[in-house]
Amino acid sequence: MKRLSLLITMALVTGATTSSFAAGRTHIEIVGSSTVYPFSTVVAEIFGKKTTFKTPKVESTGSGGGFKLFCAGGGIDTPDITNSSRRIKKSEVEQCAANGVNAITEVHIGFDGITIANAKKAPDFKLTRRDIFLALVKEVPSKKDGELIANPYKTWQDVNSALPATKIEVLGPPPTSGTRDAFAELALEGGCKTFDWIKQLKTDSKAAKQAGDKAKATTLKNKYKTICHTVREDGAYIEAGENDNLIVQKLDKNPAALGIFGFSFLEQNSDKVKGAAIDGVAISFESIADGTYPISRPLYFYVKNDHVGKVPGIKEFIAEFTHDDAWGDDGYLTEKGLIPLEPAKRKAMATSAQGLALLKLDAE
Amino acid sequence: MSETTKKIQQGLKKRYAREKRFRFFGLLSILISFTFLLVLLTTISSKGLPAFQQTYIKLDVLLDEDVLGVNKTSEHQALFAANYGKVIKNSLKTMFPNVKGRKQKRALKNLVSKSAAYDLRDEVIKNPDLLGTTRSFWFLAKDDIDMFMKGKIDRNVPEADRRIKDYQLLWIEQLMTEERLEKRFNTVLFSAGDSREPEQAGLKGAVMGSLFTMLVTFFLSFPIAVAAAAYLEEFAPQNNRWVDMIEININNLAAVPSIVFGLLGLAVYISFFGIPRSTPLIGGLVLALMSLPTIIIASRAAIKSVPSSIKEAAVGLGASPIQVLFQHTLPLAMPGILTGTIIGMAQALGETAPLLMIGMVAFVAEVPSGVMDPSTVMPVQIYLWSDSPERAFTERTSAAIMVLLGFLVLMNLFAIMLRKKFERHW
Repeated sequence: MKRLSLLITMALVTGATTSSFAAGRTHIEIVGSSTVYPFSTVVAEIFGKKTTFKTPKVESTGSGGGFKLFCAGGGIDTPDITNSSRRIKKSEVEQCAANGVNAITEVHIGFDGITIANAKKAPDFKLTRRDIFLALVKEVPSKKDGELIANPYKTWQDVNSALPATKIEVLGPPPTSGTRDAFAELALEGGCKTFDWIKQLKTDSKAAKQAGDKAKATTLKNKYKTICHTVREDGAYIEAGENDNLIVQKLDKNPAALGIFGFSFLEQNSDKVKGAAIDGVAISFESIADGTYPISRPLYFYVKNDHVGKVPGIKEFIAEFTHDDAWGDDGYLTEKGLIPLEPAKRKAMATSAQGLALLKLDAE
Repeated sequence: MSETTKKIQQGLKKRYAREKRFRFFGLLSILISFTFLLVLLTTISSKGLPAFQQTYIKLDVLLDEDVLGVNKTSEHQALFAANYGKVIKNSLKTMFPNVKGRKQKRALKNLVSKSAAYDLRDEVIKNPDLLGTTRSFWFLAKDDIDMFMKGKIDRNVPEADRRIKDYQLLWIEQLMTEERLEKRFNTVLFSAGDSREPEQAGLKGAVMGSLFTMLVTFFLSFPIAVAAAAYLEEFAPQNNRWVDMIEININNLAAVPSIVFGLLGLAVYISFFGIPRSTPLIGGLVLALMSLPTIIIASRAAIKSVPSSIKEAAVGLGASPIQVLFQHTLPLAMPGILTGTIIGMAQALGETAPLLMIGMVAFVAEVPSGVMDPSTVMPVQIYLWSDSPERAFTERTSAAIMVLLGFLVLMNLFAIMLRKKFERHW
């Protein structure tokens, strides 16, 4: 009896509190990409100190996870802002619309570079994206077009005779990480595309899609992705977890190894590690900003316009984020490793963001 | 000597040797585990101890009413919004007048933490009479300066690779000769919430979050677990298929990976009941589910160990089953139940995996003041700090681990004390 009445009271209490949960929220809720997280949190913190609004809560869920939560509905119990290290996909916009989230503002905040680094005391590395692709994927193209063989390369010299004869040993993020996605897309796929017959797969897939043959388009696209994005599993690529600090420490101890991580970690640890030049371009603040460094990606955040006015401070938060003190060339975000937009673009973006301009995706 | 004695004596040698070997291996395993513990503790404390100190910089700040644009009679709002960063910058400029170039100017501004302006603001709001005067204030030093003062930045590294440049070294030397640099006990670590600036980051938010979460967990799991254990031990029909099923399930639940409880919490509490994410309430609810089986099993063992003679004597004197339970069995079983509860709670205190699913792995700067405020817990804070790029977070991560370990030791000590206090012998 005691247990039963306890259960009943519990159910009643939960029921009573549920109704009061949705009533109102006085802090902004932000979810999304772990790459944007360090920037978003800094702005959130300063926003909380500078203004009388509460400090926003920032969760790091990954870009995809962020959109899932963001697009789950228009209610006050869903996040107000989601961060992303890629542009919102058409499917995600549709998902949002299906759940009643129609008015979204897109804010492009800048860029992030991914570095392939080794220990300071080790020799400099000069890589091309083709080298990276050949060294790290599971199956590489053989001499004959259209044929794949298991990756035979053991040392960097096997890949490219200009490189040192050290064993291929790369510490990088696991598949769950956004950095890994971006690395696969920009570095591996970039090298992959230098093989004409593989590139042809993608072109064929697009042609098939236009011809209306959806099944063929998907098969070709999947084949292309498998070739380009599948990382080898024979120990040359070591998944070092999401912790980039750990990778830096391991590189410092093992001069023969290379590591993959975000530019901000390189900047903070420039006494221990150095970045490799990719396609002849050294990684630096400037080369990422002007787009010559090939492995860099845009960073965004998306705002749910319906929540403006319901949750206090959203407009002011956008204003703080898009102020030159924050995302400008000398702003506090660049101190944390954000690569800013060009001044003219920044100005235009600030105006459109503060005016809550609606997101429009170009038809692909 | 007879044959048998000989045989026995020969065998005796072997038996002694065997015993010696066994003792040796036992000692060895203790030694190995002790070494591991020692290595763990020394690495953590050697890394973490410096974090309990923090460098402060003394600046003479002229609270110029013209620069700030406010005066003693200004409203609170105007005082709040004034540009205090500017007066701090001016104070630094007067101290180091020869600083040229954008990079150096920026570095100069970054001698003190960004919090300096807000600290100054709070001082002025507290006492507007300060306006117009020049006062000395101790401000938090920026993390890079702090790291240098603790010897974490090597000045022999080439300048290009060093986070403290040569001109900054000169400033630091000047500040040191003027006795404007001081290392003090790091009170911020215990009085502030989380921050992305290492020097401003504190554990209070996480500690309070853990406290609220544990309160919810305790008040939910303890009564339910004790009631369930008492019912199963004392009232449930013996050899009943349903009771057996429940028992098996409880034992199985104790071995379920904790992340599963997180998923359950996400599906049931958040999606169905609509309890807000990232609050101690939802965290406590999920962790209560997780610690229930542990507490039930421990409580059942404790209740079982109460001698039946005591219960039978009570029944013999006319006590009802409920009276027997509340007046005899439970009080006698309490030390065991409490020990089990504290062990279950200690487990819950160190848990991060289920909290990942319910949004408690988040940046929360404000210290929570109730179970409905967004918050994190201590293990999550450790995880978040260990993942931050700033080097000063490395030592703070270890310091946070030390604090968490301290709490766990305290909880276990408390469990032992309770047991000692309430233990009965019969």
